[in-house]
Amino acid sequence: MFYRESGQFKSSYAKDQAIFPIRQDQIAIVLILAVAFLVVPWFVNDYWSKSVLQPFLVFSIAAIGLNILVGYCGQISLGTGGFMAVGAYASYKIMTSFPDMPIVLVIILSGFCAAGVGILFGLPSLRIKGFYLAVATLASQFFLIWMFNKVPWFHNYTMSQITVPPREFLGVTVTSSSAGPAAQYLFCLGFVVVGAWLAKNLVRGRTGRSWMAIRDMDIAAELIGIRPLQTKLLAFAISSFYIGISGALIFCVYLGTVEASEAFDINQSFLVLFMIIIGGLGSILGSFLGAGFMILMPIVLKNIMVGSFGMAAVTAKHIEISLMGVLIVFFLIVEPHGFARLWQILKEKLRLWPFPY
Amino acid sequence: MNEPAAQAAGSHDKVIGDVMLDVNAITLRFGGVVALNNISFNVRKHEILAIIGPNGAGKTSMLNVINGFYHPQEGEITFKGNVRSQMRPHIAASQGIARTFQNVALFKGMSTLDNIMSGRLMKMKRNFLWQALHFGPARKEELEHRAFVEKIIDFLEIQSIRKTPVGRLPYGLQKRVELGRALAMEPELLLLDEPMAGMNTEEKEDMCRFILDVNDEFGTTICLIEHDMGVVMDISDRVVVLDYGRKIGDGTPNEVRNNQEVIDAYLGVSHD
Amino acid sequence: MELLQALFVSPFMDMWNEPAFFIETFTKGLLTGVLYSLVALGFVLIFKASGVFNFAQGVMALFAALTLVGLLEFMQGKDMTANHLVGMTVVAAVVAIGMLGLKKVNKISSVQAPYALLGFCAVVGFAWILRTIGLPNYILIPFAIVGTIITMIALAYLIEIAVLRPLVNQELIILFMSTLGLAYVLEGVGDLLWGSDVKILDIGLPTDIYIAEFPFGDVYIEQLDMVAAVVAAAMVIILAIFFNKTRIGRALRAVADDHQAAMSVGIPLKTIWVIVWSVAGIVAMVAGVMWGSSSGVQFSLSLIALKALPVLILGGFTSIPGAIVGGLIIGVSEKLAEVFWYDLHGGAIENWFAYFVALAFLLFRPQGLFGEKIIERI
Repeated sequence: MFYRESGQFKSSYAKDQAIFPIRQDQIAIVLILAVAFLVVPWFVNDYWSKSVLQPFLVFSIAAIGLNILVGYCGQISLGTGGFMAVGAYASYKIMTSFPDMPIVLVIILSGFCAAGVGILFGLPSLRIKGFYLAVATLASQFFLIWMFNKVPWFHNYTMSQITVPPREFLGVTVTSSSAGPAAQYLFCLGFVVVGAWLAKNLVRGRTGRSWMAIRDMDIAAELIGIRPLQTKLLAFAISSFYIGISGALIFCVYLGTVEASEAFDINQSFLVLFMIIIGGLGSILGSFLGAGFMILMPIVLKNIMVGSFGMAAVTAKHIEISLMGVLIVFFLIVEPHGFARLWQILKEKLRLWPFPY
Repeated sequence: MNEPAAQAAGSHDKVIGDVMLDVNAITLRFGGVVALNNISFNVRKHEILAIIGPNGAGKTSMLNVINGFYHPQEGEITFKGNVRSQMRPHIAASQGIARTFQNVALFKGMSTLDNIMSGRLMKMKRNFLWQALHFGPARKEELEHRAFVEKIIDFLEIQSIRKTPVGRLPYGLQKRVELGRALAMEPELLLLDEPMAGMNTEEKEDMCRFILDVNDEFGTTICLIEHDMGVVMDISDRVVVLDYGRKIGDGTPNEVRNNQEVIDAYLGVSHD
Repeated sequence: MELLQALFVSPFMDMWNEPAFFIETFTKGLLTGVLYSLVALGFVLIFKASGVFNFAQGVMALFAALTLVGLLEFMQGKDMTANHLVGMTVVAAVVAIGMLGLKKVNKISSVQAPYALLGFCAVVGFAWILRTIGLPNYILIPFAIVGTIITMIALAYLIEIAVLRPLVNQELIILFMSTLGLAYVLEGVGDLLWGSDVKILDIGLPTDIYIAEFPFGDVYIEQLDMVAAVVAAAMVIILAIFFNKTRIGRALRAVADDHQAAMSVGIPLKTIWVIVWSVAGIVAMVAGVMWGSSSGVQFSLSLIALKALPVLILGGFTSIPGAIVGGLIIGVSEKLAEVFWYDLHGGAIENWFAYFVALAFLLFRPQGLFGEKIIERI
């Protein structure tokens, strides 16, 4: 009834190619952005900012990045944690070497560092495919974490733990523990919105089509003139760029203090992979839905078990892990294509509602 | 058979030009198996050349060699004056060779429109940074190519399935979309690998019409593999016959039809 | 120059100068390699039969070792695990009886699930009896092993019903992710059942050090490693024979090639899956026991799966000889690099070194150790 595109005629290809071609979507996105930018900052407190919103935002960026690689280009990667660590340590080194550099630039440069490393570890994708590649990407996960722990230069010859110095953006402190919840939230939100917009443009244009061509049938893609080498490496680079930015934000804003082997271990790689699978492979919206689900679910489970039932924290943790597993398998069985597909089906139903025939 | 196809074949008076593709003494081996044995033939500008032969004769391997997917051990290929023995497929594509496949090789996760748009990839020049902004030149380029693709969609009469993921389409339509993707590359030489396999008579007639129209209107040279003898005899200007990796016939449909070796190897023996 | 020296000269000089130490390291590498082979074999079996890249293999090893220790401690009369265990068993029994009841009423539930759960309950029940009698260890240990095997078979049934069957014909990555979910479940349930503290696993394996005397010096080898290697080698041989020579083996290879074609000639796909997952569970148990005996049963045990992954890319996901030889290569090269190139990297390289060996190998031979050259068709 409300979600209708009948009567919305597109008179040019430009209108048909717009990012949100349907008017209801346009209204919805404007509303969401308005609430996120103008309403939420007034109400957000420390708990919500630190435990819910910031992890959701930074992991959304990582999920978008991994979705570009896995969902759009079809190259399975289990090295997300390693690339996040590159972003985090790069931002730390840049910040401590150039104290006057603006924080936004620092984070973007960290993304570029991660992109470079991503290209390097993407090189095997030319010779090997599928699960062989997935396993090979684990090399980046383990090697990078080992390197950051082992080589003292990366953590400025201190303990392997790194801590972010305070930095300001537009006169407001956004990093370190002295930053306010709203400022940190808005800082992350800015990166998320710009990142998602750029990613959406990429995947619906020529680049995205060549990625999907490689994903769906690499031989045919090559026969229509796509260069597999460049296309795959570009996907690795851009994906790692996003993941690196996410890692930098995790370090600078969300956590403030990290140690490579704890904050960016292999479970982090799996977590992001779960986000995009449950959210929906090959969907930017799905990256957000998946990140939201995987961040919120443990919090909700924990609150119910410890808060409502008064269980011991250890038992609750074990049950939480089991339930996470059960829910993951459950969602894979119910809808292997993730929330994004559910949303799509819902949209198609809404278009016809209430007269589906 | 095929009344409209036969008429169309008779109606267009076309000028067949010089040699465009020259295949010279190609030998291709997989381990001990000789897939192609010293094959030579040529394709002239603006003609429709059919390659026929029993299953396993090496027809598809021949196409794979022409567009650089297989690398022959001996022999060379001259395309538009450039001699080469080995090349990567994407270079063949950039020189103007497009093809369709025996088992439909569409990008299953993408819509019809995106599949055909992917045929334009080589013609699109703006790099990914412009596209990320989706602004200015990149946007203009995207829209220009969209307009071109829409022409192909109109030509192939697939307007209604523009936004449908190709995985959901029936086989006949998938074949048509695949032809569309090849056409979007604006090829000079179009290789069609069994474009009518598994189709019913009506679909075959449609496909024949498209092939003849492409040849006629765009002046595209076409090299096709087909098993349906009626179709081959009707639409092709010349026929090359392969059998177990050897060439046993080459000439106009009538010549080939009367060639005793061809009749023995193919028409007479394997189809009785 | 110094780097080249450290990379190419001094390690080999060390090897030459101390042959006994070299042999010792090499042997240790081989013995560890056999265990890698065994874990990799678990992966290969499941991948061949069901196309599933089973990431839960490592957690299965942990789960099996936990079950074994838990049963043993339970029967020996320790209280720690009793509470969890009894609670969980009651839950399992209630669920199983409930499912059986549902099946009687509605005929909706599948057949094996409740029996699998009841099998587990029977194991615990029998253990309870033994616990009250109080028996010496040499009787309890075999029972604990048998009980663990039954549990792993029951687990295979449950996995087949709850995970594989609903996901049949899904894309490979979905199946892979479901095994990650499975890993979470097993980890949580294992901890719930048996507690998450580090446990000492003692099933009477020798712990002494064997000294081999050579003219150029003594070589020290841990007997536990030798036993592990012998057991693993025996398992590998048995499995290779089982899957190459028996009727079930042929059915398995048929299933590996093409699910639908195999079903069309009457091979029961589901039974094959249960068999394969049971075998993988038993393989995981052996690996878990061997590993757990030397370093205790704790969460890090589940990481041995990660050690077997480079073996897989080296030997191929579908090649049994590849898994065996690959495991040995990885085991030896890792130990040698760890010991003789220590100055260069400063240790703790075992997490990633094997991957680089495998990758370097793939660079020259993309089809892996025993793979055939792939001819791509279109």
